[in-house]
Amino acid sequence: MAETVEYKQIGTTPVRPDGFDKVTGRAQFGADVNLPNMIHGKVLRSPHAHARIKSVDVSGALAMPGVYAAISGADFPGGRLEGEAGGEGGGSMNDVAKNVMARNKVLYHGHAVAAVAASTVRLAEQALQAIKVEYEVLEPVLDVVGAMDPQATLVNEDNYTALPEKPEKPSNIANVGRLERGNLEEGFLAADVVVEREFTCPMAHQGYIEPHACVASIDERGRGTVWCSTQGHFEHRAATSKMLGKNMADLKFVATEIGGGFGGKTVVYLEPLAAMMSEKSGRPVKMTMSREEVFRATGPSSATVARVKVGVRKDGTITAAQSWIAFEAGAFAGAPYMPGAMSIYAPYAIENFLVETFDVLVNKPKVAAYRAPGAPQAMHAFECALDEAAQLLNMDPIDLRLVNAADEGTQAPYGPKYPPIGFKACLQAAKKHPNYLKPVPDGAGRGVAVGFWFNVGMQSSAEVNINENGSVMIIEGSPDIGGSRASMCLMAAETLGVEYDDVRAQVGDTESTGFCNVTGGSRTTFATGMAVTQACEAVIADCKRRAAMTWGLDEDQVEWEDGQAVPGPGVNADVKPLSLAELARKAGKTGGPITARASLNAQGAGAAFSVNFGDLRVDKETGKVDVLSFTAIQDAGRAIHPAYVEGQMQGGAVQGIGWALNEEYIFDDNGVLENAGFLDYRIPVASDLPMIDTEIVEVPNPSHPFGVRGVGEAPIVAPLAVCANAVSRSLDMRITDLPMSPPRLLDAIEG
Amino acid sequence: MARVVFSNAMMVATDGTREAVLAAEDFRELTLLLMEQWPALAELIEQSAVAIDGQIYQGAFAEPLAPETEVFFMPRIEGG
Repeated sequence: MAETVEYKQIGTTPVRPDGFDKVTGRAQFGADVNLPNMIHGKVLRSPHAHARIKSVDVSGALAMPGVYAAISGADFPGGRLEGEAGGEGGGSMNDVAKNVMARNKVLYHGHAVAAVAASTVRLAEQALQAIKVEYEVLEPVLDVVGAMDPQATLVNEDNYTALPEKPEKPSNIANVGRLERGNLEEGFLAADVVVEREFTCPMAHQGYIEPHACVASIDERGRGTVWCSTQGHFEHRAATSKMLGKNMADLKFVATEIGGGFGGKTVVYLEPLAAMMSEKSGRPVKMTMSREEVFRATGPSSATVARVKVGVRKDGTITAAQSWIAFEAGAFAGAPYMPGAMSIYAPYAIENFLVETFDVLVNKPKVAAYRAPGAPQAMHAFECALDEAAQLLNMDPIDLRLVNAADEGTQAPYGPKYPPIGFKACLQAAKKHPNYLKPVPDGAGRGVAVGFWFNVGMQSSAEVNINENGSVMIIEGSPDIGGSRASMCLMAAETLGVEYDDVRAQVGDTESTGFCNVTGGSRTTFATGMAVTQACEAVIADCKRRAAMTWGLDEDQVEWEDGQAVPGPGVNADVKPLSLAELARKAGKTGGPITARASLNAQGAGAAFSVNFGDLRVDKETGKVDVLSFTAIQDAGRAIHPAYVEGQMQGGAVQGIGWALNEEYIFDDNGVLENAGFLDYRIPVASDLPMIDTEIVEVPNPSHPFGVRGVGEAPIVAPLAVCANAVSRSLDMRITDLPMSPPRLLDAIEG
Repeated sequence: MARVVFSNAMMVATDGTREAVLAAEDFRELTLLLMEQWPALAELIEQSAVAIDGQIYQGAFAEPLAPETEVFFMPRIEGG
């Protein structure tokens, strides 16, 4: 078992392989790719949130000198596209294609209507103005609850709620989720206190620093290469080839370095446009989004309205919980309504519960995954209600959660019994953490909340090549966002028994390695790491075979210890151990180069739980909130690279704090986003926050060779409720709407 | 015997049945038995994840089933 093993490499903290290139500016991001004869593409975007397209005429743009291609929805192959897009709530491929380029209707302000490619960016922008579009403007649907009204204006006249029996009429509700157990009525009757509230979360953007960018170079045969900033180049290739009616073998996708994704770069926006215009023009086409385009036209998180009721006995036992949550999907179906339903009660053993969730179309950008999609919104509501119950019972909020905490064998609200999990260990670590033992500073409130994410496995491939000097080269297909190349090197070094510095990892393009699902779902270190480990084990088996051949022994008489082949116990052989380097040097005589590969659909991902707490103080004159301290505790299973696990915890905490305190999409009555830039959409910067203190709990996942659980998603879940609970306690009033921006808090303070 | 628990979405295809107990040696055999009894389950099984004795499989196919096993169908999760 992983917990009994002392590791030499796992748990160390070397500098990430890509770190040097990134801090010296050498790293190649999506917009850094430049090719001879390259031209530049720009997108014409809808000025209306909801309108019928009567006509699009790109001839004016095409007539301009220096303009090489101009396209609209009419240029895409007709017919319905089958299949689903990757990433949480990716939606149907048919909808993704319509999001890439509108066809008959525009469904949000900023929706792509046409695109041009010209010799310069400036000329491309001028050419956009020469495109004529006639619209029939329609009433925008902007309020999620109003959108659910059967009489509401329809975003999509062909949307029927996905129910077993097709409804008679279309509506804006695309999907409905429901989980239940026990008897709610009896549960609430058994409660000593009942809290019932409505909570709202705003639409928020992932805030990745690097805008979407790509370069496509397609030849006259329709074949070529696309370089892009993506969380999953294989799935981008699949989507692009499907939209363009191409054989995916005709397109090679190269994942450049990526400046953040957090779920938002699991979606294609520019790649099909650049590829189509490259093929039409016979030149490479570069497309980069401006920050404004990123805000207006890429996928943020869902805004939600959540109605929660929870009953609790005096001893802290939750007797019943009921929730109703409407998730904004944006213009196309695919809000994370099921992950929200499945996560809301996940940390607890509750006998009686019901949760109903809704995937609702509105005339806003189609939402995309954002770290633990659906969980922050859902758990914000429930964790705030629990905090209020703890206050009413005069009970420590951690103690209340300990009373109800799920453990190994608890039947999760979404179905199965939990294998070993670390939730109680996290709660216990929080209870005795020095920051929790300190008194709450004067005028501040202390908020406590917990987070959860399922984590996933999915498909990964990896190849391990042993160089002639025994150094190790890993080729894998998971774009590295959070330092995964370092983790892969550590796991390979540990498995092979070599030093970290002798191992390199490279993210291969779609023609250089086997299929990998997106880097997302906290799956890369778990699943791709498992593939790397299996490939290394195959290398070891091969090396043992070669050593046996060299020594004249049977294969089962050879062991692998500390990076070298040695005779097994009891084997009488007067030989010197053969290191990986020695075996590599003689590889030509023992069968040729030493190489191995593994591909898998990784099963058994271990759920991640977190416990966060923080002290926050509100300036009652201005409404400004200061975060005085914030502590994040999380079960990582096994931290392969503890510093990068801490980085994930800190990054997620900061994003959650930003969502809680300031970040929100502000739309006017016409559905126009009013704060499409980092000046008006305020994400936290270093000077806004204290050091985020972390504590890694390690309850190994028995399904992974090193005990890994994913760590990337759970960190964003708890901070929303931590902040809301801290602010509510400091003001002695329950704040239910996020973000708790100064104007909103001043309104609350002034009644 | 395998105790099978259906997700809410699947219960529509099982005429409201939440649980079933079937004899199957592996997941593939189990799904064939389920589809024989409720043909409308076929597409939903394809779209679902499944937890076998607590271990979640996003794409189960022929996983062996222990003599006393618990099989939960659940929506697939990917994440961000």
